[in-house]
Amino acid sequence: MVPESYYAGLSAILFSIGVVGVLVRRNPLVIFMSIELMLNAANLALVAFGQRFGTVEAQALVFFVMTVAAAEVAVGLAIIVTIFRLRHRLSVDDLSLMRW
Amino acid sequence: MEHFAFFTIAFVAVASALGLVLRRNPIHGALFLVVNLGSVAAVYLMLGAEFLAAAQVIIYAGAIMVLFVFAIMVLIPRTEETSPDPLRPARLVAVPLGAVLLLEIGLIWESPLLSTPGATRPPGDIGSVGRLLFTTYLFPFEVTSVLLLAALVGVLALAKRKAP
Repeated sequence: MVPESYYAGLSAILFSIGVVGVLVRRNPLVIFMSIELMLNAANLALVAFGQRFGTVEAQALVFFVMTVAAAEVAVGLAIIVTIFRLRHRLSVDDLSLMRW
Repeated sequence: MEHFAFFTIAFVAVASALGLVLRRNPIHGALFLVVNLGSVAAVYLMLGAEFLAAAQVIIYAGAIMVLFVFAIMVLIPRTEETSPDPLRPARLVAVPLGAVLLLEIGLIWESPLLSTPGATRPPGDIGSVGRLLFTTYLFPFEVTSVLLLAALVGVLALAKRKAP
């Protein structure tokens, strides 16, 4: 049996990589994918700790996180496509202004 | 044997996450993300959460990645987006911050929560999770449907707008 701390460590590594990706990359699509990576890491930690304490409730919470992630990706990608139609450029450095 | 399987899956997950962050091309990033989501689903299987492994493959690798692929097809990456970034000052902050976050792993290892022997593992099949979702978490479950409907309407409102 692999100890749960291994799963928590894997989750922490994936979350850190996601944070660095959000901060370093300029392409909003890659930033969104890094956010997905962070949500996945949080899910993994939830499941690992839930199994550790012998409760199923963590898995219900992960289900809700997945739903919110799906809604967030749908709205976020629509916003990115709309901005691209208006600006014809795709870099978060150009998007510091909230009006155009 | 189980340790070997875990470390293989963990290596694939970390390598694909690094590939997503380090590769310039967002198309490569999307492919790496699919690999990463699949390996996380495998980790769920190792943890005994069969329902979540199936949901991970269906929702993330199926639905969300299709959205990403469509967005990449609409926003065809030009050469300036696939060529190397100019060195951003954010990188000087991001990498130390990532290192600090990684240090938290050490704290997790030392935590007494994880060093004491655990309870027996709960079942992760769809029956037990569904029973919980439809009794204790019935109201959040219904709110979920409203959230998805609101996202659907919002995406339609954004997409129908004509570009000036």
